[in-house]
Amino acid sequence: MAGSPLAAAIAEAHRREWAFVLAATVRVTRDLDLAEECVQDAYARALESWARSGIPERPGAWLTTVARRRALDLRRRSARLARSLPLLLDDPYEPEEEPPHEVADDRLRLIFTCCHPALAPDAQVALTLRLVCGLSTTEVARAFLVSETTMAARITRAKKKIAAARIPYRVPGAEELPARTDAVLSVVHLVFTTGHTAPAGDRLVRQDLVERALDLARMLRSLLASDREVAGLLALILLTNARSATRVSAEGELLLLADQDRARWDQQAIAEGREMVREALRRRPPGRFALMAAIAAVHAEAASFEQTAWREIVALYDLLGEIWPSPVVALNRAAAIGLADGPAAGLAALDALAAEPRLATYRYLAAARADFLRRLGRGAEARGAYQEALLLTENAVERAFLADRLEALDASLRAPG
Amino acid sequence: MASYLILIYDDEAVLAGADQTSAQAHLDAHRAFGAANGAAIGGANALVSTESATSIRRDPSGELTVTDGPFIETKEALGGYYLIEAADLDEAIAIAKQVPVWAGGVEVRPIRVFD
Repeated sequence: MAGSPLAAAIAEAHRREWAFVLAATVRVTRDLDLAEECVQDAYARALESWARSGIPERPGAWLTTVARRRALDLRRRSARLARSLPLLLDDPYEPEEEPPHEVADDRLRLIFTCCHPALAPDAQVALTLRLVCGLSTTEVARAFLVSETTMAARITRAKKKIAAARIPYRVPGAEELPARTDAVLSVVHLVFTTGHTAPAGDRLVRQDLVERALDLARMLRSLLASDREVAGLLALILLTNARSATRVSAEGELLLLADQDRARWDQQAIAEGREMVREALRRRPPGRFALMAAIAAVHAEAASFEQTAWREIVALYDLLGEIWPSPVVALNRAAAIGLADGPAAGLAALDALAAEPRLATYRYLAAARADFLRRLGRGAEARGAYQEALLLTENAVERAFLADRLEALDASLRAPG
Repeated sequence: MASYLILIYDDEAVLAGADQTSAQAHLDAHRAFGAANGAAIGGANALVSTESATSIRRDPSGELTVTDGPFIETKEALGGYYLIEAADLDEAIAIAKQVPVWAGGVEVRPIRVFD
């Protein structure tokens, strides 16, 4: 049945409706594990029922009704459930009073619970992928290159804390909302960056994670439409991902921005991203995602690498560094200075960061130094910097790129004159 | 409702070095916190500094030994607690954020319920 319309409909419903169905079911079970069981059961039933009676007009509503009916049955049968209500709700839920077509959209509650600051950051990411995106524990483990046992333990521990410490199933109030939204956006951004350049492994891009991050950003956009930083993150993902087809050559080699075929960038994503950036920048002062997206927009708008508005990029990094001071932002700013004012200026800006301990093992610092040194004709020093970058890089595609650069440099050093 | 213990960890050196005025101000801050959150607070105490602490543990042979000092030596030591009632962790955190501290912080722990 793989490839059949039914399989496609189930896969589509899984991707589009999982969060809605689960969030609505948690209301009945007040227990994440049980809600997950009921929702999984509903998807399994869909397979039989839809094969028999056809795909319903609104698959999400069908799945929600089935999952919640199952939850209600279990709740009635189990005294344990009636006694222990580990998840809190602001409003007591009376299932009989609520017709299925008016089920409240609880996805925000689910997202804010998964990204609660009382949970460890890696647990927030894992729970979001598991509960909001509906990934299996195996898939989440694979995404973060940890064993399934480790990931299962991490998710179990986080769920236990939600129950034991009574992390509420609630959208935060107005006062807390900006900080809590920022935490959610950080989780989605981490999913995206992990997918965009996989920290290790054979592939540069984990497109599955990129897609999930894009889905999450779009979901947040629909649920928090007036939040400019949500628009900023969606713009950042759209504009960065618009280049995805050109980041690796047909032979699987890494292509830097300078060498990418801009004609193959996704113009539709760029147009949507640019519109989002304009909206995101209306916030005063602009947030970090709006500024990062604005930088991505400048790249997307440049006709060629050489014609990129590097000074504008440096200015945007200056603003970003003020509201979000981070060594990585400082590094990117230094690299942009090198492209605006020449490799000597770039190298000086990079060397100013040499004392930053958090950059000591950051592969892109060594790689950027190597590039500026090479262009300044300081071959021996460039060689050392490339070797340092290689030692710090675990992604196979990035390693191959650095090894190539090193080889080309060695060849030029051997060449007479 | 659920019960939480707010454990106050502070740098005893800062406490010891505080002058009369700031020590009084700190005490007043705790009284103000208590007055503002009276309905939620089920109990509270401040502890004498860890210099007064005595620890009892089993040595490798299984014998109980009594030693001078806190169970774990840390820069920020447990110096007091509040027992509170809150609807959920968010409410407990909102109360815990108001607890006056010198240079340290607080830890929020749910009280275990046995059924």
